[in-house]
Amino acid sequence: MTPFRYARATDVTDAVRLADGGARYLGGGTNLVDLMRETIERPAALVDVSGLPATIEAHDGGLLIGAAVRNTALAEHPAVRARYPVLARAILAGASAQIRNMATVGGNLLQRTRCAYFYDEEGSRCNKRVPGQGCDAIDGFNRIHAILGASPACVATHPSDMCVALAALDAIVHLHGPDGTRTVALTDFHTLPGERPDIETVLAPGELITALALPASPLAARSTYRKVRDRASYAFALVSVAAAIDLEDGIVRDVRLALGGVAHKPWRATKAETALRNGPATEAAFRAAAELELADAAPLAGNGFKVELARRAIVATLGELTGETA
Amino acid sequence: MAIEINGSQVPVPDDPRVSLLDLLRESLHLTGTKKGCNQGACGACTVLVDGERIVSCLALAVQYEGRSITTIEGLSDGDALHPLQQAFIDHDGFQCGYCTPGQICSAIGMAAELRRGLPSHVTGDLTAERVPFSRVELQERMSGNLCCCGAHNGIIDAITETFGEVAA
Amino acid sequence: MSVLGDAAAKAKGAAQQVMKKAIEVAPDSWMPGGRPDPLIRRQHGHVGQPVSRLDGRVKVRGEARFAAEVPMANLTYAALAYSTIPKGRMTGIETAAAEAAPGVVLVMTHRNMPRLNPPPLFMTASKAAAGDDIPVMQDDRVYWNGQPIALVLAETQEQAEHAASLVTVTYNEESAVTSLAAGKAQGTEPGSFQGEPLKIDIGDAEAALAAAPHKVDVAYETPRHNHNAIEPHAATLAWDGDNLVVHDCSQGVAHVAWSMAQVFGLKEDQVRIHSPFVGGGFGGKTMWSYQVLGAAAAKLSGRPVRIALSREGVYRSVGGRTLTEQRVALGAQADGAFDAIIHTGTVAMTAHNALPEPFIVATRSAYAAGTFKLDVEYATLDMIANTFMRAPGEAVGTFALECAIDELAVALDMDPIALRLRNEPEKDPTSGTPFSSRNIVEAYRAGAERFGWAGRRAPGQRREGDWLVGMGCATGTYPYYRMGGGAARITLHSDGRALVGIAAHEMGMGTATASTQVAADRLGLAMDQVTFAYGDSALPGEVLAGGSQQTASIGASVMAAHQRLVGELLKLAGNDSPLAGLKPDEVESADAGLRCVAAPDRFESYASILGRAQRDEVTVVAEAPPPLEMQHWSMHSYSAMFCEVRVNAVTGETRVSRVLGSFDCGRILNPKTARSQFRGGIIMGIGLALMEETQFDERKGRIMNPSLGEYLVPVHADLPVIDVIWNDIPDPHAPMGAHGIGEIGITGTAAAVANAVYNATGKRIRDLPITLDKLM
Repeated sequence: MTPFRYARATDVTDAVRLADGGARYLGGGTNLVDLMRETIERPAALVDVSGLPATIEAHDGGLLIGAAVRNTALAEHPAVRARYPVLARAILAGASAQIRNMATVGGNLLQRTRCAYFYDEEGSRCNKRVPGQGCDAIDGFNRIHAILGASPACVATHPSDMCVALAALDAIVHLHGPDGTRTVALTDFHTLPGERPDIETVLAPGELITALALPASPLAARSTYRKVRDRASYAFALVSVAAAIDLEDGIVRDVRLALGGVAHKPWRATKAETALRNGPATEAAFRAAAELELADAAPLAGNGFKVELARRAIVATLGELTGETA
Repeated sequence: MAIEINGSQVPVPDDPRVSLLDLLRESLHLTGTKKGCNQGACGACTVLVDGERIVSCLALAVQYEGRSITTIEGLSDGDALHPLQQAFIDHDGFQCGYCTPGQICSAIGMAAELRRGLPSHVTGDLTAERVPFSRVELQERMSGNLCCCGAHNGIIDAITETFGEVAA
Repeated sequence: MSVLGDAAAKAKGAAQQVMKKAIEVAPDSWMPGGRPDPLIRRQHGHVGQPVSRLDGRVKVRGEARFAAEVPMANLTYAALAYSTIPKGRMTGIETAAAEAAPGVVLVMTHRNMPRLNPPPLFMTASKAAAGDDIPVMQDDRVYWNGQPIALVLAETQEQAEHAASLVTVTYNEESAVTSLAAGKAQGTEPGSFQGEPLKIDIGDAEAALAAAPHKVDVAYETPRHNHNAIEPHAATLAWDGDNLVVHDCSQGVAHVAWSMAQVFGLKEDQVRIHSPFVGGGFGGKTMWSYQVLGAAAAKLSGRPVRIALSREGVYRSVGGRTLTEQRVALGAQADGAFDAIIHTGTVAMTAHNALPEPFIVATRSAYAAGTFKLDVEYATLDMIANTFMRAPGEAVGTFALECAIDELAVALDMDPIALRLRNEPEKDPTSGTPFSSRNIVEAYRAGAERFGWAGRRAPGQRREGDWLVGMGCATGTYPYYRMGGGAARITLHSDGRALVGIAAHEMGMGTATASTQVAADRLGLAMDQVTFAYGDSALPGEVLAGGSQQTASIGASVMAAHQRLVGELLKLAGNDSPLAGLKPDEVESADAGLRCVAAPDRFESYASILGRAQRDEVTVVAEAPPPLEMQHWSMHSYSAMFCEVRVNAVTGETRVSRVLGSFDCGRILNPKTARSQFRGGIIMGIGLALMEETQFDERKGRIMNPSLGEYLVPVHADLPVIDVIWNDIPDPHAPMGAHGIGEIGITGTAAAVANAVYNATGKRIRDLPITLDKLM
């Protein structure tokens, strides 16, 4: 680990001031400390924001969640469990209990990919680590990699479960930077790799995630998260599905659908949603919507199965929510 | 400023790179907390912070100023074993013993989570106040602690014996 | 090899063959085990009791000090840098930045590394322990991607790791062979194992296969694996003048001591290895570069060193199980009788080690057949040396063999257990020697009944919701081994306490506990009167914790020492003793003394004997006899493995829902620790079946998942309650009547899982691991 300066922030303003546009913010450390130990991240300074207020408050009919709230606390919150079960389930499907106890909501958004070549700082090429270096994943082990929205520069996936649920829930990210505050939709917060896979979010230098807003969502009460992985627990998703649905007389009044493990960002399945809205809640309709969403999928040598797996997982998850089991 | 470790005040290390795990093992010689992967993937370094289980390898020690840490060495009451420690012996919940302190600390943290009704990935009803105390629940909740000798059955048996009544 | 050398080797080989034949035909009574161990008869002793682990208390309290936890004054911490090319020369190593980094005590590369001898490769001498014979950091050559190329010592671990990250290397890369396909294209060589060729031809198996009315002929693949002991390799070591003390995590303390002495040009007793606790080994904890590098750095710096490999460092610098490509072809008559067993294939190896994963070992003795063709070939790759990993050969070999038998059973429309029992051999089918104790039929009968095998349905016929449910079974076999060189020391004190010392190992197998039970019974003492000392190279014997042979080796060694002790005690007892005139084989130990077997009232306590002789203690050391029994009888542990899986019809996810292992492993010394051993092996077998794979990028010969986050092993949620039963039938020819149990659990398990997956889904997965993409 490269030496760094450490400072603990007392409040948001203090944090942004301490960071001075250059430091990295430290939450639970569950990803950043690992990346620093691997020398993939070498910040000169860390500003510890894990002690900032960690409150979950009612907000415009929804919830406002402090960025320092621990993953466990968010999944445990009664309002989340009752009104946003997809979020509680996504969090509880991620990592281990110990890590969920440490990891913050803000940090979860900034998790970096598990691509083996990204992690191999010494021995592999990676455009995400070193722009322009090349990508060893495209022709290497890419079983866990992206099938949607990838670029010739990068085929990595975003590893978060929580963010997939947040994408489905239209969450809003609250930011505070040297130039003031702003909000960004979670679906716009993460970026596709394009030419610059080293850029993963729209965060400006020095900008701090201060909170997440969950809008009121009547349909979120009927929501769930399905994660498919290589072992029963404590593994990253191969494919995951976050879904919420509002059903009336067998007709889909409204639906939210997002996929994990398939792209550089949590993948909001807007094409499928549009196809489903105001249509019948049937397995055939689910299948057609899934196929539409995955029509542009561009699998690699090692991850072709993800297209079919995602299709099946979408159909099964919507079926579970509507009672239309396959 | 200091960190409380098993009831003693310990100064925060000067080097902010020092993990809580390395502080325990190298500075304090509290080597019961184990280093299995140093990247949060095995759970061998699990300790309790204010009663909550964390992996100490990913915890920078400086972040834990003012917090209260309990390690495996802090569980026994003198010579008397914690009931879970005794249950691990009775149920042969270990072989090589290297993951064992982490499993024990993790299980103690887990018991508190169960008591307060925290659901898990396998919990059916998220809104229920009580979580069913089942083998499947324990297995899911203990999955952050790897054991490569394969003592899993004995570990779950030991936890069941120790905490089954508490949760019931 | 020269013509002369070749002739000498042939003569030696011929002599070995004559010797082997002589041992086979010699009378049983000439063999170790020819007369059953008296402990087999003893019914009410400590042996067979479910005693809790004697080291349990220190382990659950976190007081067991492992290798990286030994405190030393003035300690320095090591970190390593590793090569990033598979083959070539280093043209430059830039160390100035590392040397200038805070806290750095030493930067060591091949330029300043002391000149040392190459490490003695495992099995090239009785105590050779090294995983490869490549000289450690002696020149600019790179032999594999991930080879340690620099070591940094610093005042703290953080400083050492940071400085190691500052070392930069330039290479002149050479063309490397980093895929099995490329290795095969360069030609393969016939493998040999334990001095014997891995090639057996009995009759014309290909012709018999061609002529057989029923047959299967299928290819299987298994990937690379790593041991993943939860304790990463580590040593804390210091020089005292020319003497080296190493606190290590070792499966072979005597072996490592001798081997380190060879490397550093020392006498064996100048190196002392302490290894009282080992955080899992599974074959990986022998001698690798870390001990040599740590000791060299300590020499150069003049300070004690702690070298604790990172998890990545373990993957880079300690070998694992190699990959295999196997063909199994079985020809059979309509009643299932095998006309031909063909089990051949290719594995990857390096030019610097000698373990062609011997996947045919189980096939040599598992079934009777009219003809056999067994052959292991190896291709040579530029990679880290592969090595022994739990049931080397058997774990992956039985996957292929036992899946093929399941496939043949389908082709014959026979129950797979019936097919196996139809081919139960009378004697070892390839060596011709008699089985010492083989009760696998009984194991199958008991297992099938308990598991509910009769309820198995046709493939794809059982569905519960989204889950397809199926059952499978497989046979496991693992040889009884007892390596030469076992020895033990017994010190008997006048107060009745005994200290039994042997350079053996406790890595979690329960050795310390079971050995104390055995020693107590052997000596006629209570358990708390016996101290079993182990994990120290200064103790007698070369007792590798490998090959599931420790129990037999310790047993035979303690038996020999006990014999000598009885002789000494009878001498000390003299003519005034009730035992006067008795010969050693006329007495036995009981009730803290000796008694006449034929007349139990002729008894004298140890205290009385020693007291009369005015002795505080008596100490004996004895060596176990050479392990000739292994060649005289065909000796194996056996299992009938049963498995039920649930495969998700939507996602292809597989969950093991039930497992039963029915074992025939001789007498079980401690049911409690034995059950854990069986379960542990089975769980590793489940990992082998469903998820374990070392991802080796064949473009650069680099391991890409050197982490417990990315190399998956089963977690709690993957594992059902694993049911274990055994028949407890003692082998009259083995010490204590016991067989090894450390490796039998993993053997057969992967096939049982794969066969259950077939029964659930109708899909045959012939390449491990059985991940969901293969089942969708």
